[in-house]
Amino acid sequence: MTTYYSEDHEWINVESGVGTVGITDYAQNALGDIVFVEVPEVGDELAKGDEVAVVESVKAASEIYSPVTGEITAVNEDLEDNASLVNSSAGGDGWFFKISISDDSELEGLMDADGYKTFTAGLE
Amino acid sequence: MRYLPLSTDDRAEMLAKICVENINDLFVDVPNHALLKGLVDLPNHMTEMEVEQNFEAYSAKSVAAGSVPFFVGAGAYRHHVPASVDYQIQRGEYLTAYTPYQPEISQGTLQTLYEFQSQVAQITGMDVANASMYDGSTACGEAALMACRVTRKKRIIVSGNLHPHYIDVVKNLTKFTDGVVVDNDPTLNKPENLIDQVDDDTACVIVQNPDFFGNINDFSDLADALHERKKLLVIVNTEVVALGAIKSPGEMGADIVVGEGQSIGNGLNYGGPYVGLFATRQKYVRQMPGRLCGETTDADGKRGFVLTLSTREQHIRREKATSNICTNAGLCTLAFTIHMTLLGEKGYRHLAQLNHAGTVKLKNKLAGIDGLEVLNETFFNEFTVRLSNNAAEVVETLVENDVIAGLPVSRLYPDRPELNNILIIAVTETTSEDDMDILVAELKEVLK
Amino acid sequence: MNNQGRPTGIDGTTETSNAGYETYTGNRGLAQVEGLIYEIGDTQRTGVDLPEVEEFESCIGGVTRDNEIGLAGLTEPEAMRHYTRLSRKNYAIDLGLYPLGSCTMKHNPRLNEKVARLPGVADIHPLQPISTVQGALDLIDTLAHWLKTLTGMPAVAMSPKAGAHGELCGLMAIRSALEAKGDARSIVLAPESAHGTNPATAALCGYKVKPIPATEDGRVDLDAMKEALGPDVAAIMVTNPNTCGLFEREIIEIADAVHAIGGYFYCDGANFNAIVGKVRPGDLGVDAMHINLHKTFSTPHGGGGPGAGPVVLSEALAPYAPIPYVVMGEEDFDMVEHDTTGKSFGRMTAFHGQMGMFTRALAYMMSHGADGLARVAEDSVLNANYVLASLKDIMSASFEGPCMHEALFDDRFLKDTGVSTLDFSKAMIDEGYHPMTMYFPLVVHGAMLIEPTESESKQSVDQFIGMMRYLVEKAKAGDTGRFTGAPYNAPLKRLDETGAARNPVLRWTAAE
Repeated sequence: MTTYYSEDHEWINVESGVGTVGITDYAQNALGDIVFVEVPEVGDELAKGDEVAVVESVKAASEIYSPVTGEITAVNEDLEDNASLVNSSAGGDGWFFKISISDDSELEGLMDADGYKTFTAGLE
Repeated sequence: MRYLPLSTDDRAEMLAKICVENINDLFVDVPNHALLKGLVDLPNHMTEMEVEQNFEAYSAKSVAAGSVPFFVGAGAYRHHVPASVDYQIQRGEYLTAYTPYQPEISQGTLQTLYEFQSQVAQITGMDVANASMYDGSTACGEAALMACRVTRKKRIIVSGNLHPHYIDVVKNLTKFTDGVVVDNDPTLNKPENLIDQVDDDTACVIVQNPDFFGNINDFSDLADALHERKKLLVIVNTEVVALGAIKSPGEMGADIVVGEGQSIGNGLNYGGPYVGLFATRQKYVRQMPGRLCGETTDADGKRGFVLTLSTREQHIRREKATSNICTNAGLCTLAFTIHMTLLGEKGYRHLAQLNHAGTVKLKNKLAGIDGLEVLNETFFNEFTVRLSNNAAEVVETLVENDVIAGLPVSRLYPDRPELNNILIIAVTETTSEDDMDILVAELKEVLK
Repeated sequence: MNNQGRPTGIDGTTETSNAGYETYTGNRGLAQVEGLIYEIGDTQRTGVDLPEVEEFESCIGGVTRDNEIGLAGLTEPEAMRHYTRLSRKNYAIDLGLYPLGSCTMKHNPRLNEKVARLPGVADIHPLQPISTVQGALDLIDTLAHWLKTLTGMPAVAMSPKAGAHGELCGLMAIRSALEAKGDARSIVLAPESAHGTNPATAALCGYKVKPIPATEDGRVDLDAMKEALGPDVAAIMVTNPNTCGLFEREIIEIADAVHAIGGYFYCDGANFNAIVGKVRPGDLGVDAMHINLHKTFSTPHGGGGPGAGPVVLSEALAPYAPIPYVVMGEEDFDMVEHDTTGKSFGRMTAFHGQMGMFTRALAYMMSHGADGLARVAEDSVLNANYVLASLKDIMSASFEGPCMHEALFDDRFLKDTGVSTLDFSKAMIDEGYHPMTMYFPLVVHGAMLIEPTESESKQSVDQFIGMMRYLVEKAKAGDTGRFTGAPYNAPLKRLDETGAARNPVLRWTAAE
């Protein structure tokens, strides 16, 4: 299993052609208290860069874009009653959705853990 | 000028502090030709007395509904509002307060909104209501847009017995969106078949109860049929007093309920400002337009209220907002909730009974008139009659005798000659038996 | 010797602080707690006396409401107390200054309330025969005349129910005019600093919004705008004066540029107070502009509404105006309620518009007159510049003056103090002031937009300035606790808005 990161502060854990996607700890910290996550529906087909979810804090809403092309195979139902999971466990229980990846080569454009660390350090 | 506190000396001091010579120096960015050299061509300021006299003149040139026997309804109803309501809404803390974006100093407005939302949810029989919309018609248009968002479909089927203005507003609001309005002809007192018009691309069906012609229906079967097909039912109510006597839209299975709250707490005001009601099921709460007030606690653990779920709204979501709405009905909403509190459960039901009883009485009195046929089998406080003469002309004749007899349907449907003889008559608790007898006598005279 | 009566001096009173003294009621003197109607009242109580219902045969057809609704009722004395107690938890213009930029919180005259309640104005039904409402139509026509004259525009649509509704009206007229030429186009340009209603409205008209950046001095970047213009641009939506409180110097060039490509100029009139009676938007090339009667023309904010947003229209757009509208016949007024031209884009609302607000606004206009309204603009601009000049040495003004009727600051002056714009605002509450507009416009960081309006006296503005200077001093001196826990003196402390959004409780429900 490998984890990749996008410049939009999403992580994607890839295992057997399926990616689990969430936002990073850096992102949840910047957004503040998360109150709601609008997730896609199972079966939705998305191209890389399509708007796939929305993360809401009290005073702002941020669009999340799909890091890869594929079809949604699962969504995190726990987020509906417990949006704060994104704050407490952004990289784990606060995952958003799973997507079956149709084009592996798209992963090459993403960063690895070290690359993302450097990237966020540069943003400060 | 009594509203402008700055004196000549004040102005001079302030200009000195700003380091400019002349007030027009502060308008330096205005293109030269656009800064007016003189005053606009309008009268100069008038004294308070003069202004009052002007408005008394306007007032004298219209016939107040309360000054004659009066029978017009059609979406706005003349009810009696208790004296306390106006005194409360005129308190400066309510009248001159801003939108409650700073909740710590707006608990007056916020708690009354929470109470309002609770009352509206109860009377409509729904899970949740918002803090009001501009009016019933725009609420109806927003309901259509919401149904399209929720179902991700675009066909909006509209009953032909919906208030014609409401039909027009739904068409207008969806005009430049993907929504497609499927409208129907009015059927007067005959039943409609709307379910057969529903296809896969349909988002919702919109009906009104009591409808524009006063008929009362139970839409439970329609609701079931729509839910089987995963479509939404929107029920409109334009006379909120009716909900004190007839089955609520929520009990019938409505998914969205919209209405006009003007009857409670608010006078006729020639059409505005009114109070739009909007209620829905819990699962659709995040798709609702308009403001929402929610309960929470403060840093000391005390209960308080705040505007919430704001990310739906324009000031945050901008082009992705559920609507472009910024204001609600504010003071009119407050008037509604105060009147509703004064009524309470008992008063509300009693008021509804009074309205219906009076209407039944008038209907019975009209029964014997030649040239007049009551078309409704069911009604609450408004029913439709067919006259042997042109209804608009009958109404004009009665105006000459100081009676305002009702709404000739041709006013809202000028292109349907088959409706030229149709008149809609409304009765409320403010209609006296004398008023009714005068109407009966006048109609008998003009129709013979 | 008559030794009746009780002591009247203060010698002998010891403790004057009531710190730690709990009260039974939860009240603290005149600051009273108040429950919900559902907690105080019940389904049996009522505060109205209605006539008895005579016997009748129901014609409801069996579709009756048989179960309990659950409404709480209060008797009249209880209701008066409930609402009076709640009212005292509100800040209001009648209490103090609201420095809210973009809101124009001016005094709400009571004459307006008086005339709005005259029976021939308040107790008339929108569908009464036209011959019985000539006074109402005359009033609307007169207001329309004042609005057209003040703006220098030939036509006005009176029916929109609020500013945002007016924006929709203007954009619909624009789209209809373009569709009539067979070219609806698909893009609307709006400055980055635009109010959220602008893009939301554009979306409702099927338009995508392209944001235009601002220049260093806070105005629309004309070059960037010209680059963004093209045959696919339907309109530009510009607020003028803009949301930074500045007059768009290049407004004529902006109008000319958008007209040159066949587009239209929509002006958001929220800030009309700065120029009313001194500048006419019609002279600036505007095609459509909504006017917030509850801002410039004093109709009360009422805790959030009702508003009214009539829209003045140019010759080019007038044919597409919505129905209904008032016309003058040979002798009498009439109302056109159905479109016979085929051009009107339709009907925006049931009935005719916000008559109650028309009455109030016209009373305000007549009270001021042409001379008074020009004074309104001048005094509002004067007050705002006075605030700017008096605070810019210690607060960070976002742009070089002069400003128009509002002054924009940002949070640079709070850097390294540990106090945010939000904290600063909450401390203003403790000083007895409503905070200014915060975090809007989005073009500067931690924005603070201050609009005193013309109905504030110099004393009032001086006290406001003194208070702001005091707070800035405290923030810079490291007195962070005063800010981060504020407000301490309001009916409630800071509220948990996160909890309210995560677990929305939007109504009272009976306990199980």
